[in-house]
Amino acid sequence: MRNRAPKKNRLRTYLSNHLRVALGSLGRLYGQPVATFLTTAVIAIALALPVGLYIALDNIGQLSRGWDGSTQISLFLHTKVNTKEAQQLKQRLEKHKHIKNIEFISKEKGLEQFKEISGFGDALKYLKQNPLPIVLVVNPKILNNQVDNTAHLVQELGNNKLVELAQLDVQWVKRLYTFLEIANRSIWVISSMLAMAVLLIIGNTIRLDIQNRREEIEVSKLIGASDGFIRRPFLYTGIWYGAISGVLAWIITQISLFLMTGPIQKLALLYHSEYRLSGLGLDNTALLIIISCMLGLIGSWIAVSQHLKEIEPS
Amino acid sequence: MIHFDNISKRYPGGHTALSQINLRLERGQMAFLTGHSGAGKSTLLKLIAMIERPTRGHIYLDGVNLNNISNQKIPYIRRNIGIIFQNHHLLYDRPVFDNVAMPLIIQGYRRQEIQKRVRAALNQVGLLSKEKVDPITLSGGEQQRVGIARAIVHKPLLLLADEPTGNLDPELSREIMQLFARFNQVGTTVLIASHDLDLIRSMGTPMISLQDGKIINNGLPYTVKSTETIA
Repeated sequence: MRNRAPKKNRLRTYLSNHLRVALGSLGRLYGQPVATFLTTAVIAIALALPVGLYIALDNIGQLSRGWDGSTQISLFLHTKVNTKEAQQLKQRLEKHKHIKNIEFISKEKGLEQFKEISGFGDALKYLKQNPLPIVLVVNPKILNNQVDNTAHLVQELGNNKLVELAQLDVQWVKRLYTFLEIANRSIWVISSMLAMAVLLIIGNTIRLDIQNRREEIEVSKLIGASDGFIRRPFLYTGIWYGAISGVLAWIITQISLFLMTGPIQKLALLYHSEYRLSGLGLDNTALLIIISCMLGLIGSWIAVSQHLKEIEPS
Repeated sequence: MIHFDNISKRYPGGHTALSQINLRLERGQMAFLTGHSGAGKSTLLKLIAMIERPTRGHIYLDGVNLNNISNQKIPYIRRNIGIIFQNHHLLYDRPVFDNVAMPLIIQGYRRQEIQKRVRAALNQVGLLSKEKVDPITLSGGEQQRVGIARAIVHKPLLLLADEPTGNLDPELSREIMQLFARFNQVGTTVLIASHDLDLIRSMGTPMISLQDGKIINNGLPYTVKSTETIA
């Protein structure tokens, strides 16, 4: 058999063929704007959801990062300990090598804070005497978040006979981190499920596309088109779906961020914080679009490998 | 060019379409394949185009045993064949030019080359002025000629046609057949399945008659030379 394909500039022909098919697929999508928009919008929402969750968790993580450094130990002294004894204890403890400083909360101040925070202000009026103990809030010196060192300190302070209870406030930070870990894990679970959904959407769209172009595929096979040649436009269509959806997902995320910025800055102001919502960033945006292109390619590949075989000329 | 060596084709379900066919069509020959519908004409063409595979026997196409060709290699076999169908199989979503250009695009020809060859093919079937027209707006005969242009644009060694005049009136049918004869004169091997006996007889071209999957009359001469009687 004669091989008629021109041998000159093979690579150039190959590349220009790919470019032609890629542009042709894009043109096909552009030719049916409504259908394309609907499909890509569905995919974009499915992509934007995990991206939004990721941004939320990222921000919470950033917020809480500084907190374990500010671990505090509350020393609740016995109620019979008077102010003078407590002051002496404070001075003694401030010389401890693991202690940075100590805040003294008198019984009266404690009551005041309790009234303010608890909302039981009126009820407290009926108490004949202040039931609260003196509290020393100890800020330990912490090197590299060594929570375990702090635990030793808590034990040591708890053994002091003036102290009724030494409570490490790190517990809730630990709980928060565990919670964030669970949330992080759940993002992966949700993302995987939504990725499956995206694969199914793209796969199904490409399947319909294949059915609509059945005649063209049959004719192409009859005049000697290789499987690769027939596969190519559908794979490119999948990639384009992915790319467009990725960009749409990014836009949805940016709009959502913009809508959240106002309330969050208000909240930050209430906490006298300089906190700013951080967005997706350039690297993560690129990652988003690469992933959505990959999903498009894989989804169309699945559809193509399943359905192109079914179409044979007869 | 085509050599059938004891070919049988049985479809799943037991229907025997062809049994023990021996046939040899030399390079540059032209022949008609006749018989009633169901006689096995289409099956025979499909075996050559590798749309079907034989149950038994060997087919050689230009010396290549088609039994040794894997499914992945089938496209490269088909690139040497031009196939024409009764219902044209034109794509109505693109103009005539793009329809005719398909085999060249598939084989990776450069753009200038594609333009040159498509225009030459359209010129040969007398439709050069229609290159930008949508095929749906053409008459049946014109559509068939576009189909022929697509089948010859890459200068195949072999032309196969399955009832190419099935839907056309006698005048147009004759024109189409004469077109095939012209391609044959410049060296293309041509095999046409048709049941239009009057037309075939008037062409003076060798005839292979099939009945119930068997060759009942093989009018092919044993030498190539004597086919030059076609007008």
